Amino acid sequence: MSENVTADADTPSTGTDRVKRGMAEQLKGGVIMDVVDAAQARIAEDAGAVAVMALERVPADIRAQGGIARMSDPDMIQGIIDAVSIPVMAKARIGHFVEAQVLQSLGVDYIDESEVLTPADEAHHIVKTGFTVPFVCGATNLGEALRRISEGAAMIRSKGEAGTGNVVEATRHMRALRAGIRALGTLDETELYVAAKELQAPYDLVAEVARTGKLPVVLFTAGGIATPADAAMMMQLGAEGVFVGSGIFKSGDPAQRAAAIVQATTFHDDPAVIAKVSRGLGEAMVGINVDTLPADQKYSSRGW
Amino acid sequence: MSAPTIGVLALQGDVREHRAVLEQQGARTVAVRRPEELEQVDGLVLPGGESTTIAKLADRWGLLEPLRAALGGGLPAYGSCAGMILLADRLLDAPADQQTIGGLDVTVRRNAFGRQVDSFESEVAVQGLGGPPVHAVFIRAPWVEEAADTVQVLGRVSGGPADGRIVAVRQGDVVATSFHPELTGDTRMHRFFVELVRERS
Repeated sequence: MSENVTADADTPSTGTDRVKRGMAEQLKGGVIMDVVDAAQARIAEDAGAVAVMALERVPADIRAQGGIARMSDPDMIQGIIDAVSIPVMAKARIGHFVEAQVLQSLGVDYIDESEVLTPADEAHHIVKTGFTVPFVCGATNLGEALRRISEGAAMIRSKGEAGTGNVVEATRHMRALRAGIRALGTLDETELYVAAKELQAPYDLVAEVARTGKLPVVLFTAGGIATPADAAMMMQLGAEGVFVGSGIFKSGDPAQRAAAIVQATTFHDDPAVIAKVSRGLGEAMVGINVDTLPADQKYSSRGW
Repeated sequence: MSAPTIGVLALQGDVREHRAVLEQQGARTVAVRRPEELEQVDGLVLPGGESTTIAKLADRWGLLEPLRAALGGGLPAYGSCAGMILLADRLLDAPADQQTIGGLDVTVRRNAFGRQVDSFESEVAVQGLGGPPVHAVFIRAPWVEEAADTVQVLGRVSGGPADGRIVAVRQGDVVATSFHPELTGDTRMHRFFVELVRERS
């Protein structure tokens, strides 16, 4: 895609595609951790997180407690911004463009338009191109990823199934994204038009992925990562970095587990390192078998 | 003349982009995550990324002292953004325990331009590169607050609220920029560094 804005010599331009997507490039190879207060944010920063995601309840608690999950209290987000020097992300409900406006005004560094919160619109996502702050969005397959990018997402994460501690859906979505990208590379120009129709995604983006063999934005993974080996597996499957939600602060020793997942992400291709950092981590979060989730509790089916 | 081998510190960050541009300029590249990988290189690039993360991983995996020794021994180095922070002798707005490799006698302020909503693109004239100003991309970027007399200032911000701030420096064979030439397709900064390494090796 072309860049939004070309800078003049003396007018610095903010909020361009390059600045938004470039921010995600700087997060690559890193771990972004869900935190609910300043103390957790400091633990995450100390462990080597590249960013924190500020939210009121981690997904496992949203599942347990039920009710409508919304954008967090601005005071709580501000408290986390003030507590750490690494980037702070926060979640807005799918389609809730006013929550996104509020988060931008608070100065968060990235907005996650997230299926973990209760959707505010069952047909439309936020038009993200008009914002200065960049957005990350979830996707379960290539068509969904490209629709989000066409709306202005500057980063994609595979959805997985948040709050389960079960990596199976993250695996499914990473494999689906990867297979979708690979399949486009085998098509000729005529076939790409049909592929765009089938993917329900803009032709230009489909053609770009076919040409480059990758998404035009950074691809992270999320949803169910609970161990260093989970994180390393996602990296080996082609993720460029990892979101860990409930997996850290719902475990026995959050500080140690957080540091271990950071190291396993960097040394994802070295089993000896993964073994070393996996020792003596204590209890992992108690998982949920995704098959037992009722349909309305599957967050990954939210988003369109 | 044989191609120089340039290491890219690969603990976290936009490693791939730096490697691609360096290889385009005729260098061989090596991802550096361990001390033994550092021993193979004629020069080192410190990429953009999260400086606190990179510093912690370098510390945990016994890379900080070998990096300091290599820089102290005259290994040419180039750092962009987080790389500039890692090369600075002194930091502002950093966690109290944040370590650096050092090598540049400067004080660098982290996130100096503000948060991500303040990240920007602008033109910066960089001494020694030739041609038009560099189209520079600043992402939660640092700047050089103070530089010793032995440090050569290569570029400053022109215009906007940060007009005049130092964003490109050189001291001996150590070079750093606040901005990310690896994201723009402008290869001059990397060509300059590859040439510098070639001359020294």
